[in-house]
Amino acid sequence: MARYIAGRIGYLIITLFIIASFTFLLMQLLPGSPFNSEKLTADQIQILKHEYNLDDPIPIQFIHYIGGMLHGDFGVSFTYDGRPVSDLIVHRIGPSATIGFEAVVFGTIVGLLLGIIAALKRNTYIDYLAMFIAVLGISIPSFVFAGLLQYYIGVKLEWLPIAFWGGFKFHIMPAFSLAVGVIASIARFMRTEMLDVLGQDYIVTATAKGLSKASVIFKHSVRNAMIPIVTILGPMVVGIMTGSLVIEQIFAIPGIGDQFVNSITKRDYPMIMGTTLLFSILFLVVILIVDILYGVIDPRIRLGGGRKS
Amino acid sequence: MSVVNDNITLDMFQPAQISADESDRISAPSIGFWKDAWLRLRKNKAAVVGLFFIVLIVIMAIVAPMLSKYGIDDQDVVNRQNLYPRIPGLEWLGFDGKDSTGMDTYELNGVKQNFWFGTDELGRDIWVRVWAGTRISLIIALIASIGDCLIGVAYGGISAYYGGLVDNVMQRVIEILAGIPNLVLIILFILWLGGGMTSIILALIISGWIGMARIVRGQVLKLKNQEFVLASRTLGSSDQRIIWKHLIPNVLGQIIITLMFTIPGAIFFEAFLSFIGLGIPAPAASLGSLNQAGFENLQIYPYMALFPALILSILMISFNLLADGLRDAFDPRMRK
Repeated sequence: MARYIAGRIGYLIITLFIIASFTFLLMQLLPGSPFNSEKLTADQIQILKHEYNLDDPIPIQFIHYIGGMLHGDFGVSFTYDGRPVSDLIVHRIGPSATIGFEAVVFGTIVGLLLGIIAALKRNTYIDYLAMFIAVLGISIPSFVFAGLLQYYIGVKLEWLPIAFWGGFKFHIMPAFSLAVGVIASIARFMRTEMLDVLGQDYIVTATAKGLSKASVIFKHSVRNAMIPIVTILGPMVVGIMTGSLVIEQIFAIPGIGDQFVNSITKRDYPMIMGTTLLFSILFLVVILIVDILYGVIDPRIRLGGGRKS
Repeated sequence: MSVVNDNITLDMFQPAQISADESDRISAPSIGFWKDAWLRLRKNKAAVVGLFFIVLIVIMAIVAPMLSKYGIDDQDVVNRQNLYPRIPGLEWLGFDGKDSTGMDTYELNGVKQNFWFGTDELGRDIWVRVWAGTRISLIIALIASIGDCLIGVAYGGISAYYGGLVDNVMQRVIEILAGIPNLVLIILFILWLGGGMTSIILALIISGWIGMARIVRGQVLKLKNQEFVLASRTLGSSDQRIIWKHLIPNVLGQIIITLMFTIPGAIFFEAFLSFIGLGIPAPAASLGSLNQAGFENLQIYPYMALFPALILSILMISFNLLADGLRDAFDPRMRK
């Protein structure tokens, strides 16, 4: 197990290094500089460049860049007058993380319930309805849901605030828009897993020895069926990250996604690269945790071909 | 005590004609792999509905912009700015050309003809823009998916078929590439190449082929040690022939299923890119850019978001339903 984890961390570092090299290369290729102001004379620009080590040869700059990243330094924003990128990002993690977390929790609970009910009532209208909802959730992009909610609940009915960031009332629509995809994928997955588990011999045994229906369903079926759900945690985080870019824009939430889209529009390259690296690290770490977790909670799976204990 | 029936005598019986050929004859007409899959797909109502809508939308995307007298960028800010949708016969559904205050936008501007989906703030016909946009979205999705397919099948096939060191190296490369989130890869790529159809397609291909490669590799690994491959090799077939004549046709079902799931993914990503400002540049339209424009005007002109969002959603649902149906039709485990 330790060897497996070490190997995986090795891959993680190689991948991150490749992404970082790619972003660095892109920065060299793309036009623009933080010191474009016309008020600066050539000498002053030279001094500023020296200050930020931008007059070094490119390989040296690359080493500085990687070194800076290791200390959490992603460079200086082009648009926010020389404020460090890491500073700007840190202030915006809060809202994004809150909404993402709420979406995952809400989506998982509703998705699990939907999947369990569909499996228990398989091939009835309840099952068909649940799976139709799931297809809608997977197919319809989250921004369409966001638009529908914003228009009908926000503009027409005026039940909830249309946009911006504040108390819990402001979280409901964005979190729900993000959760729709989570609900759908978890419901479909859970239904398949439940049907698989319900056909196992140990469920017959549990029923035969006279356990109550609730006990068979919740203690024996659901708990076993839930194990593989961990594997879709990775794609789910990616989905939420992708979704957050548009959802935060639609609901004007001051999060990382909104910041990222703005920096793309303004071509604020250091900001784009910083956010890109942050997303990549998040993605890689989640995938790693999921893979390790999977081996820990399901003893039937032994990763990396290690010895059987 | 036994009853002897004298009416039946031995000479009433005749030995049946038994020949070796006869017992092996298949009485029902043989159903090939494709026909079998089609028959099962046809029984799946949801998939048939999906297929119907896909065909309908594809036809509209091809035909509608050609038949309309307006081009996608025909502006008229003076006479037909922000007309509400008016569809003769569907006035009772709210498509009567009246805005939220009940004012008839057509009377106000003195416009005689009907704009079924309304017009935008530059007076462009949304009907034409929506179908032309659908066309562009479909083209992007289709080319990107076929590109994914070609690279994925070649990469996965070679990796699995040759095995050993080749497979090892190729799989390590995939493992590293798979670590880069699609979102990041696509955005960086488009920033580098600039917006536009070609760079969107390239970005989608570069980030999308890995899934296909993994599935093809898994399938080929399973197939390549089976007896019919061994038999073919014993008879002296070249690697080329084994790959193209034996392995690929057997993996084709899986490839089609994956392809059908890739297409809606590509449609979504194109729409998503338009949303974050990296999509098709104006004045051309795609479903994504139309949605984006619609959402910007959502509170004032809600009809502008309605039709692009509706078509995008129907297209995505249809592709997913069809792909689900195809998976069930091709999957031998579903055989009853």
